[in-house]
Amino acid sequence: MCETTVSLEAARDTPVTSELPELSEEEILRYSRHLILPEVAMAGQRRLKAARVLLVGAGGLGSPVALYLAAAGVGTLGLVDFDLVDRTNLQRQVLHGTSDVGRPKLDSARDRIQDVNPNVAVECFETRLTSGNALEILREFDLVIDGTDNFPTRYLTNDACVLLGKPNVYGSIFRFDGQASVLAVPEGPCYRCLFREPPPPGLVPSCAEGGVLGVLPGLIGTIQATEAIKLILGIGETLVGRLLLVDALALRFRTLRLRKDPECPACGTRSIRELMDYEQFCGLKTAEGSDAEVSLRELGPLELAAWIQRGDDFDLIDVREPHEWEIARIPGARLIPLGEIAEQVNTLSRERTIVLHCKGGTRSAKAASLLQAAGFQQLWNLTGGISRWSDEVDPTVPRY
Amino acid sequence: MAVTLYLPAVLAKIVDARSLDASGGTVGEIVADIAQRYPALAPRLREASGEPYPFVTFYLNDEDIRFRGGFDAAVRDGDELTVVPAIAGG
Repeated sequence: MCETTVSLEAARDTPVTSELPELSEEEILRYSRHLILPEVAMAGQRRLKAARVLLVGAGGLGSPVALYLAAAGVGTLGLVDFDLVDRTNLQRQVLHGTSDVGRPKLDSARDRIQDVNPNVAVECFETRLTSGNALEILREFDLVIDGTDNFPTRYLTNDACVLLGKPNVYGSIFRFDGQASVLAVPEGPCYRCLFREPPPPGLVPSCAEGGVLGVLPGLIGTIQATEAIKLILGIGETLVGRLLLVDALALRFRTLRLRKDPECPACGTRSIRELMDYEQFCGLKTAEGSDAEVSLRELGPLELAAWIQRGDDFDLIDVREPHEWEIARIPGARLIPLGEIAEQVNTLSRERTIVLHCKGGTRSAKAASLLQAAGFQQLWNLTGGISRWSDEVDPTVPRY
Repeated sequence: MAVTLYLPAVLAKIVDARSLDASGGTVGEIVADIAQRYPALAPRLREASGEPYPFVTFYLNDEDIRFRGGFDAAVRDGDELTVVPAIAGG
């Protein structure tokens, strides 16, 4: 499967050349470096102009993909995102600038794309991709770029692509590691062939919790853009049937064989015939009627501030990493990084009330479940972590 | 059999090494050897029961071990085992 060349012709009825849109004089000049490449030439450039590509996520990965596909002359770019531009995005999300902070990402993205190439039509979907809207949105596009930042949307995007027969140009990043592939083409593997199920919440931190090298989405996103253009043009050897691993720290690239799993419930047995509840699938909420224990209590920053002011007797445990503790801390907290909770459990008292916090609330929830399993009962999780503490209680605590 | 286990950066940080040497006759034995010698790494590689996770894929050389018998896949001297965890950042 490694040498399989799959063009979009496999996935849709590609118009014959005579039906492709013509290029204007301005476009002929703009795309001259493409037009003199025999692998692209006039027919290929017109094919790019006819193409409709959907970007799920206009963040770290979506930024370079949008910029390069716009510059390359992809005729229509669809964007799905619902976030506002935050200052913490600017270290890697090159689609957005400092003056865009606070604006909807889609507004910022549209302006930037129009500046790069006014010939591109931008279709914005200011919404979270859900089981209710995914098929309707994806159906109108030729291929999909997965630039999402969470497991539920990744499984949703994958399943929707498999059901509709749309190629899913996959990219994912964390800290210094990146992965890329082309998934869900009819004869190739899908995301579930690689990872049948997601990790439980809390085991794998998000980039907001674990960090990411700012240039890494640039590396992986440009690979996704490259694959999208090859798929549209029907040239070269794509990543169908291969998984690219990028280790930015060692600067090592490896491609591994990615096989279609005949037992895959999405693309193998096809037992998944419709979209499901992906939050539930990823363990982010408990199934209705489940007897799973959910007894962790949440505490807001203002409430915690009131406890401290009253002099209530409790232990405040910060489960972040030492380098984060160096940046910001809540007075009175004790640092026990999540990975050391098990070793240090005997230094904590089961008789006392314990408030756990991290940066955003995910790692502290994981720490709480570890302590619950160890017999602790008086546990509270600081909702929104030190970030919300900084927003709502003490702005002198730096946000990062 | 002596095998080299390659770790992604996120796991390499836990043991301060990008690769580890391990011995065993099957992938499962290699993973068990590593888990015993590096307890902090163990819960990131497989279930406490020793079973593989559905969100951590192992490659023996360039082949997904699930197509070679999973943790029962036999290894040979000099083989390379690569850990590929699911990551979701974007």
